[in-house]
Amino acid sequence: MMDNISTFIKKEFLHVFRDRKTLLMLFGLPIVQIILFGFALTNEITNAKIVVCDYAKDDASQQIIGKLQASQQFDIQRILLNHKQIETAFKDGEIKMAVVFPANFNSDLLHQHKAQVQLITDASDPNTATAISGYANQIVMDYQNELMQLQRVPYQINTEVRMLYNPELKAAVNFVPGVMSLILLLVCVLMTSVAIVKEKETGTMEVLLVSPFSPFLIIVSKAMPYLALSLINLTIILLLSVLVLGMPINGSILLLYAVSTLFIITALSLGLLISNRTASQQSAMLISLMGMLVPSILFTGFMFPLENMPYPLQLVSHIIPAKWYYIIVKSVMVKGLGFSAIWKETLVLLTMTMLLLVVNIKTFKIRLT
Amino acid sequence: MDTVIHTDKLTKRFGDFIAANEITFDVYRGEIFGFLGANGAGKTTAMRMLCGLSKPSSGTATIAGFDIYKQTEEIKKNIGYMSQKFSLYEDLTILENIRFFGGIYGLSDKQLKEKSEQLIGTLGMECEAKKMVGALPLGWKQKLSFSVAILHEPKIVFLDEPTGGVDPVTRRQFWDLIYEAADSGITVFVTTHYMDEAEYCNRISMMVDGEIKALDTPAKLKQEYAVTSMDEVFYRLARGAKRSE
Amino acid sequence: MRTLKFLLQKEFKQIFRNKALLPLLFVVPIMQLLILPLAADYEIKNINITIVDHDHSPYSHKLISKITASGYFKLANYVIGFNEAFDDIEKDRADLILEIPQGFERNLIREDGAAGQTDGEQLYVAVNAINGVKANLGSAYLNRIIADYNADVRMEWAQMPRFNLFPTIEITSSNWFNPTMNYRFYMVPGILALLVTMIGAYMCALNIVKEKEVGTIEQINVTPIKKYQFILGKLLPFWFIGIVVFTMGLFGVGWLVYGIIPLGNLFLLYAYLGVYLIAVLGLGLLISTYTETQQQAMSIAFFFMMVFILMSGLFTPIDGMPKWAYVITQFSPVTYFIEVMRMIVLKGSEFANIKTHFLIMVVFAVVLNGWAIYNYKKTS
Repeated sequence: MMDNISTFIKKEFLHVFRDRKTLLMLFGLPIVQIILFGFALTNEITNAKIVVCDYAKDDASQQIIGKLQASQQFDIQRILLNHKQIETAFKDGEIKMAVVFPANFNSDLLHQHKAQVQLITDASDPNTATAISGYANQIVMDYQNELMQLQRVPYQINTEVRMLYNPELKAAVNFVPGVMSLILLLVCVLMTSVAIVKEKETGTMEVLLVSPFSPFLIIVSKAMPYLALSLINLTIILLLSVLVLGMPINGSILLLYAVSTLFIITALSLGLLISNRTASQQSAMLISLMGMLVPSILFTGFMFPLENMPYPLQLVSHIIPAKWYYIIVKSVMVKGLGFSAIWKETLVLLTMTMLLLVVNIKTFKIRLT
Repeated sequence: MDTVIHTDKLTKRFGDFIAANEITFDVYRGEIFGFLGANGAGKTTAMRMLCGLSKPSSGTATIAGFDIYKQTEEIKKNIGYMSQKFSLYEDLTILENIRFFGGIYGLSDKQLKEKSEQLIGTLGMECEAKKMVGALPLGWKQKLSFSVAILHEPKIVFLDEPTGGVDPVTRRQFWDLIYEAADSGITVFVTTHYMDEAEYCNRISMMVDGEIKALDTPAKLKQEYAVTSMDEVFYRLARGAKRSE
Repeated sequence: MRTLKFLLQKEFKQIFRNKALLPLLFVVPIMQLLILPLAADYEIKNINITIVDHDHSPYSHKLISKITASGYFKLANYVIGFNEAFDDIEKDRADLILEIPQGFERNLIREDGAAGQTDGEQLYVAVNAINGVKANLGSAYLNRIIADYNADVRMEWAQMPRFNLFPTIEITSSNWFNPTMNYRFYMVPGILALLVTMIGAYMCALNIVKEKEVGTIEQINVTPIKKYQFILGKLLPFWFIGIVVFTMGLFGVGWLVYGIIPLGNLFLLYAYLGVYLIAVLGLGLLISTYTETQQQAMSIAFFFMMVFILMSGLFTPIDGMPKWAYVITQFSPVTYFIEVMRMIVLKGSEFANIKTHFLIMVVFAVVLNGWAIYNYKKTS
């Protein structure tokens, strides 16, 4: 019996490893994603194009302009002569912000101890607008503080800020756990469901089903190569994030693998469920992509903050397995916590897996009669 | 006699593999020309070259007087083709398929109307005319695709194993359609591996391992090999084949 | 022209007969347009803060109520020990810890105007920085509130005129084109652009590859149909559907549901959309010429779409990307369309403003389609 099962599993491995194109995509995808998320996609803004409209043209305004120019965040395109040109520059999509210094800026500052700067942002992109007006605020504040430091200021409160877990504020720390859950889902759900439905379509599934083995074992052996592939993928992602992105694995690797295996099994059960319910590869693909992948990207919390969503959508996020896995990976990998901190999330995943497996076995029996 | 297909040393290579090797033959107007061979002998490759679906590696050929290299678009106006795989649109009705293919061959609205009525009448498919083609039984589909392939009254029609998987009665009916077409002056070029069908042809050629090993009328071939059926002719020739699928 | 008419008739019949495809084309995008903007809200609000107050003084309380009243922060927990607070961070109950040291009030007030010797009173902030953006903004907000509080304290204790001598620069901000900083205004046009892109590229690629898989393309290839006729017959229906979906999204969802009224010239918007769709359909066409099965076409289209969408500038700013990544974004038509959508719909840009964008898109359309037509072979 065991011999026969291993024959089955061997056959499945052969199927998977002979399809070079698909295999290439399977291993290429995590690499591309890690590179994209690790290097290209940051929320930081550098070299934002701005214009300055300086009616003052005095020492103070020149000094602030110099500071803006010197900062990495800004790239001053032009010094404009009048207000009207600002609108055109915005409409051309040439700039993200305009800084306006009114006339007599320096003399107001020196004599009335109060002067105004106006920041005009292109709020058609509110993210960028908020971020760069924040940077500009900081630079102007710094300048003001420099002026103040010439005199001693009493009643001063200082704050010391420590950035925990991610002192350099790398976007990768947030994204890598997200990418892990996405890739594992993609491989397990999409690939398994398509592979099984393909056997249904070509009719080879019938041949397997009339063989003397329990259909459940056949299905399990179909899932085995994908479990192996997923673990390899997981290893690739972890290696890349440690070696290329310089991310530490703070917690226990063993725990990370154990929980990941659980998540892979959850995803495989989902893939099986989809394959049980669909008859064509195309619908299996569409359901996997539209029904699984898109909600997972949305509701995992690594792209879009969950706490900002309307309450019904937050409820939806609870039934997304990737969300729980994402929390676990962050806790173990980044925060370095042990099992005691993640048992709740693990339990949720375990329950989901059990449920899915039960439904799978039930529907499978129906199909055979 | 008018020559409608003329080939001279037509060859197709895929890398090292020679699928069709220096094929030379002529086909005359109004003939039913059988193109026989085992699976993998190179029949489909040869036929695809003649239809302009595949570029020959070397050799020359003219179809209906047009050069196979330079005048493929002219050739396409003068031929009909029915592939091994059923290739009408399953999600269109019989009438819509007829209108579509007739339309792209440039038939006028009046011709389209006449032709489709006539065609549906001949096939006896009046009740099914508005049904999706996908829902028809295989035999009907084959007859329909043949009728669609000769809708624009081509000079030559190429049939690639048109009766594969069809029951004997339908096959007989299918051959009636072929004779009808031949009588109206259409040259029929047909591949098959049913040897009884070979007997229906005016002349046949036998392909083995990419080469034409015999070409004559069925009667002469039987005489030459001193056997009583085409099956035996085929068996004798194909026995030496090195490749088969 | 007549041939084209027959091709178009056939395509439209097939598309509108496909009961599985229709909802995907018309219902799913609209649903996504309704849900996605609700979900994709980046605005940082409701930052959970745990406060460790070692001082328990009226001044520390005043600071705390100033923080909670700001609207940015939600007091998650008020504890006496740092370890308890850290536990909140580990369990994701808090994003930020503010630690107020013992003697905060005493040290702050004692420091009267004459004895300004010390460097000031220290507050400690610890931020969960896994999400760098949130951490950065959260600490910036907190700093601003503390600075305000600091100014209040100074006003209260040092009302001597000489302190008014400190120069202050007042910063006024105006947010043009979207004064309320409504995130939906930003997301809806962007997501609509993505949806139209996906429909165009996917459907076009899959449709042609399906004809290859089923074998009907052979039958077409033996007919005298010209390459350009066949390709036009495939492009036009999806071009038309793209325009219909876009219109439904722009007016049905954008205008009616989210109240986004396009500021710019609609004719200009549709002209750009028309060219853009040709480019995207060309991409789908190109994919179809390089693939044999629907599964392959799907995988390749998925790969390109993923890269294009992630790098389109909608989810993360393009300005922060390294040079090589920036170059990639400039080779993706999606980037330009999202930008133009925002320019015309939100900013009311005119043709003169977007003429470079227009030119680039025309180049995309010509190159992608030219390449696809070149690569599409009637003969093998």
